[in-house]
Amino acid sequence: MDLATFLIQCLNAIQYGLLLFLVASGLTLIFGIMGVINLAHGSFYMMGAYFAYGLAPFVAAWFGESFVLTLVLGLALAVLIGYALEWAFFSFLYRREHLQQVLMTYGLILVFEELRSILAGNDVHGVNAPAWLAGSIPLSDLMTYPVYRLFISAVCVATGLVLYVVIRQTRLGMMIRAGASNREMVQSLGINIRLLYRIVFAAGVGLAALAGMIAAPVSTVYPNMGSQVLIICFVVVVIGGIGSIRGALVASLLVGIVDTFGKVLFPEGAGVVVYLLMAVILLWRPEGLFRSG
Amino acid sequence: MKTMKRRPGMVMAGLATGLLLAAGGAGAQGAKVKVGFMLPYTGTYAALGNAIENGFRLYVQEQGGKLGGRELEYFKVDDESEPAKATDNVNKLVKRDQVDVLVGTVHSGVALGMAKVARETKTLMINPNAGADAVTGAMCAPNIFRTSFSNWQPGYAMGKVMAEKGHKRAVTLTWKYAAGDESVGGFREGFEAGGGKVQKDLTVPFPNVEFQALLTEIASLKPDAVYVFFAGGGAVKFVKDYAAAGLNKTIPLYGAGFLTDGTLEAQGDAAQGLLTTLHYADGLTNAKEKTFRAGYMAAYKAEPDVYAMQGYDAGQLLGAGLAAVKGDVKNQAPLIAAMEKATIDSPRGPFTMSKAHNPVQDIYLRKVEGKQNKVVNVAIKGLADPARGCKM
Repeated sequence: MDLATFLIQCLNAIQYGLLLFLVASGLTLIFGIMGVINLAHGSFYMMGAYFAYGLAPFVAAWFGESFVLTLVLGLALAVLIGYALEWAFFSFLYRREHLQQVLMTYGLILVFEELRSILAGNDVHGVNAPAWLAGSIPLSDLMTYPVYRLFISAVCVATGLVLYVVIRQTRLGMMIRAGASNREMVQSLGINIRLLYRIVFAAGVGLAALAGMIAAPVSTVYPNMGSQVLIICFVVVVIGGIGSIRGALVASLLVGIVDTFGKVLFPEGAGVVVYLLMAVILLWRPEGLFRSG
Repeated sequence: MKTMKRRPGMVMAGLATGLLLAAGGAGAQGAKVKVGFMLPYTGTYAALGNAIENGFRLYVQEQGGKLGGRELEYFKVDDESEPAKATDNVNKLVKRDQVDVLVGTVHSGVALGMAKVARETKTLMINPNAGADAVTGAMCAPNIFRTSFSNWQPGYAMGKVMAEKGHKRAVTLTWKYAAGDESVGGFREGFEAGGGKVQKDLTVPFPNVEFQALLTEIASLKPDAVYVFFAGGGAVKFVKDYAAAGLNKTIPLYGAGFLTDGTLEAQGDAAQGLLTTLHYADGLTNAKEKTFRAGYMAAYKAEPDVYAMQGYDAGQLLGAGLAAVKGDVKNQAPLIAAMEKATIDSPRGPFTMSKAHNPVQDIYLRKVEGKQNKVVNVAIKGLADPARGCKM
């Protein structure tokens, strides 16, 4: 591998890692702060991708073609859905066992897949990147790099920064962190913990859907697309330390690097290198890299 | 007196028994042939399962609802494309419903499970899609037939085509699973027989669709051409990623037909001009294709696809067998002999059965134009699968 190829592979690894981070950050929020194992997280990612595909024609018809407006609309819808789901289902799960959480969220996967089948069908769909991001940059004599992929990375970095600032520097973030460590104490101080959880959950769903929408032009939109993402996201969350946004970022990048170079250098074992990484890290630090709270 | 009185009764009883027996015999002769569809009716492959059943039923309808003079009775099991449930599902048809013929399926893993049970119970089985080489290779049996293709066939044909185009060094890329390995194996054989050399085999774990690292690898290897095997969502993503990376301008991409079948809507511009090989294509002009297309449109208000065609041919193959034994499906030896000898007048063009019961068929070279895989020419005429491991 010459230097140029190596650098391009590093770019690929970081880009993939950042996208993983965007999906996994929502999962780690819900898992770490509220203690709910949410298997339906992949479905929210899929929902986002189908929003990008399904909302675009409506936006184009009413407001003229606008990718950003589609994103905003889809995000708003996802947050609303997240809010409603928390009220209807997840609020009953906090005090239950993990097994019951797994059963219910698995049930939700089936419901979402069936809804997807009824509303959007079983076909594979492509989503076009907006014209202003459709170009590409030459990297070597043969290869070019799509601008859209750089845009994905930029969105992921921006989202990560916003998350960091909100959780570390704002009053809301302080309440969320406090709620994660001691629910009763926060409640007795007069903070509406139910509302707080509802907001966190809606934000988690929004993050997953945003990742799905952003990824749709490169990943295409197809049935069961959430299940693949779900597994790798759990790996990221477990490596990073449950509930830690910083951990999710480091773990995403690690997984991105290991997956990318694993595919190239050890094609025979490409399927397991990520899980090996997880095993090694858990042996070294059973709680993950960064344990929050 | 008593005996006198009894006699007519006994005569009547005897007569009645005789009549019943006669009726029973006639009943057996006119009994319906039980056909068991084991196909995916839910999940990702649901549309394929329905298309296959539609195709099969269309042929039977065209024959007035009868094959070999007998009516058909259908039984259905949804195999969910779930290999772990294959044995249980196929036993529902074989043991519970006691079907005479199994028709299925799409997923290769499930098809191998079906073939195992079919071998053990000697139930006639017609596979209308799954391409696993082993179905008519190591698992082959007198009672197992296939009306689709083996994964080896389109791969081998493309290898030959690419070698003829003057490509010397190729890189292959597929998901790391049986179908991909078999397709690439066929490709290597055809390509190296034509004087080419496979520079490197790249794989991605199934069903991973993160291709960027491997595209970079391809760019650094600088081969003359790339051969890939992908289907469905992965095929859409790969073709788009390949174009987005700019590789389509410098390193031509080729694939087995599934790369561009049912995916062109989503692939859009990225797929235009791609060359693939398959046993079916858009724009075929034979008479059967025209009547089949018209008949299918009239019956189902939809364009038939390759799966509907394979289902239709499964109906034709069974029809050829049943005609030879006048519908006596239990008379298996002559039934199988007739199916082996049959020439199926398929919409893809006529084909016959190989010794291992896989179609000996023309493989077409197709080019993507708009939303169609237009036929360019016949890549290989009458290509037979080598049926490795088949002892029959």
